[in-house]
Amino acid sequence: MNLLRLSWKNLTFKPLSMSLSIILFALGVGLVSLLFLLEDQLEKNFEKNLASIDLVVGAKGSPLQLILSSMYHVDAPTGNVSLGEVRPFLNPKHPLIKQAIPLSMGDNHRGYRIVGTTPDILDLYGATVAEGRTWGRDLEVTIGAEVAQKLGLRLGDTFSSSHGFLEDENLTHDHSAFRVVGILASSGTVLDQLLLTTLQTYWNVHEHEASPAADTSATPETAHDDQDHAHDGHDHDHAHDDQADAPLPDAAAMKAALLAEADERAITSVLLTFKGRNFQALNMQRGINENTDLQAATPAIEINRLYALMNTGEVALRILAVVIILVSALSIFISLFSSLRERQYELALMRVMGAGPGRLFALILTEGVLLAAMGCALGLLLSHAGMHLLGGAMQAAYRYPFSGWVLLPKELYLIPAALALGFLAAVWPAVQAARTDISETLLR
Amino acid sequence: MRPGDGVFPQTTTMIATQQVSFTFAGGQPLHFPDIHCDTGAHWLLLGQSGSGKTTLLHLLAGLRMPQAGNIIVNGTTINQLPLGELDRFRGRHIGVIFQQAHFLRALTVGENVAMARQLAGLPPDPARVTELLQRLNVGHKAVAYPQALSVGEQQRVAIARALVCEPSVILADEPTSALDDDNTAQVVSLLRAQAQAANATLLVVTHDNRLKSVFDQQIQL
Repeated sequence: MNLLRLSWKNLTFKPLSMSLSIILFALGVGLVSLLFLLEDQLEKNFEKNLASIDLVVGAKGSPLQLILSSMYHVDAPTGNVSLGEVRPFLNPKHPLIKQAIPLSMGDNHRGYRIVGTTPDILDLYGATVAEGRTWGRDLEVTIGAEVAQKLGLRLGDTFSSSHGFLEDENLTHDHSAFRVVGILASSGTVLDQLLLTTLQTYWNVHEHEASPAADTSATPETAHDDQDHAHDGHDHDHAHDDQADAPLPDAAAMKAALLAEADERAITSVLLTFKGRNFQALNMQRGINENTDLQAATPAIEINRLYALMNTGEVALRILAVVIILVSALSIFISLFSSLRERQYELALMRVMGAGPGRLFALILTEGVLLAAMGCALGLLLSHAGMHLLGGAMQAAYRYPFSGWVLLPKELYLIPAALALGFLAAVWPAVQAARTDISETLLR
Repeated sequence: MRPGDGVFPQTTTMIATQQVSFTFAGGQPLHFPDIHCDTGAHWLLLGQSGSGKTTLLHLLAGLRMPQAGNIIVNGTTINQLPLGELDRFRGRHIGVIFQQAHFLRALTVGENVAMARQLAGLPPDPARVTELLQRLNVGHKAVAYPQALSVGEQQRVAIARALVCEPSVILADEPTSALDDDNTAQVVSLLRAQAQAANATLLVVTHDNRLKSVFDQQIQL
């Protein structure tokens, strides 16, 4: 029976008091650890998807919303803009712009967003095709790895899209049959959760029905009758057959075809990367915001604003966690101190049997540290299990991966900190125990 | 025949005090007569309540320090030992039995007895623990918790605990005051038998007249 076992037996002799101390401590440590985990994974998810994008151009509205919807695909877009307005940015000869990726969104397949874009978006995120090929014709989709896995889609599968960003059977575009032509390798970016198709597909799907789709367009599609002409015979009924015969267009050809489209065509936003971060490039954002009906937003600035917003809540939670931890340290102190009163005779007895004051000091100290250690272990377990559950819910809502089963280096610092706190809480009771006056106590 | 005589013909001094006095804060100083107990001898220390007999026992056990005089146990002047060393000396050489038996409540009877050896820095000896408990008729209670025992049983476990380190001195403070006549007779005879078997010097402090007839060496305070 060593000191540790004796401490353990003493603690378990008062299971309720022990549980209270441990649970309080676990709550404090767990909250801190959970905050660490959330913060870390949110930031990782945000940073992975910055993808060196310098500017996002879209409809006027909240810049943060524009960034969240166009880059992270979590919020609704700020609205649509006409192709005519953004056409200059898509010109490959633009002196400042290295890459311009147009995006159209507004539909989903079973909760996963369908995005109309050009295949050079893959370069932006460093994604590669694992199976099949990239989309090139109308109604062809190349899907993210997670979409393929979660929805069980394979090459050649067909499906209908739904309007909006939420899964809703009532809003299905019944007549549009998308066909999976490729599956992306997992890149750990937002592309994992998207279904990518052509911009033209978007226009065709929405032209053929009087769905509320037009409502989100900044430029309402006025020329319904002209659409067929503008589309140069790409009538939906024949589109498939016509295109199947033609060679598959590459990204540049698709861009060129896009530039040839009518000004009224609506797209959601354009992702831009600059050739260099010079004065002109930096001025471009202000130019767009002040002189056009468009909005330009810088991802890094908006994400930092978002961090600042989250930080306020995080600081409040951190203070709460620290208060809980201090209260739990106090509870360890009180439970040791009160047990000391009950055990005075025992402690005196241990002295009679040969235990020196140092032994009693160590015994009480061990009890305090043991409580803190168990609280810390339970707290870490709780936070990771909590993160696992919370991550599952967040993944269902936002499609971003969150995992409870990662241990951060920061969390490891919690362990010595917790033990030190247990030690501090136990020091005074331990000193009192060591000071036990044997004779006085025994005479009582 | 006096206990200890004849059986162990070589007599040496086990407990000796010289001009010991002790003063409680704000109280009258207590002067104790010099004591001289031979190895293996059994003594009774009698006195009225307030005569300082428990104080003397605490002094002999090194639980208190005298203001003056010396206490020599087994050749060591214990009032000159540093605190930690005194605890070790006590654990190793002196077994103490109190008026009311107290235990480490979180441990079983067997663990409590074994703990005495551990705290005294002796290697574990489960066989001795079991044997002692059996000799004191509480072998079947080894896995019970002390709180579940009767007062008589508790006192017998306390004797086992005092003996488990094979001490050269056993000090007992009113060991029978909480017991009825039957239990008193049993506890005293067991205590004496075990002390004798271990060749330990036994000093019993009491005001219990039932013990006067059993011990023939007596000190009156």
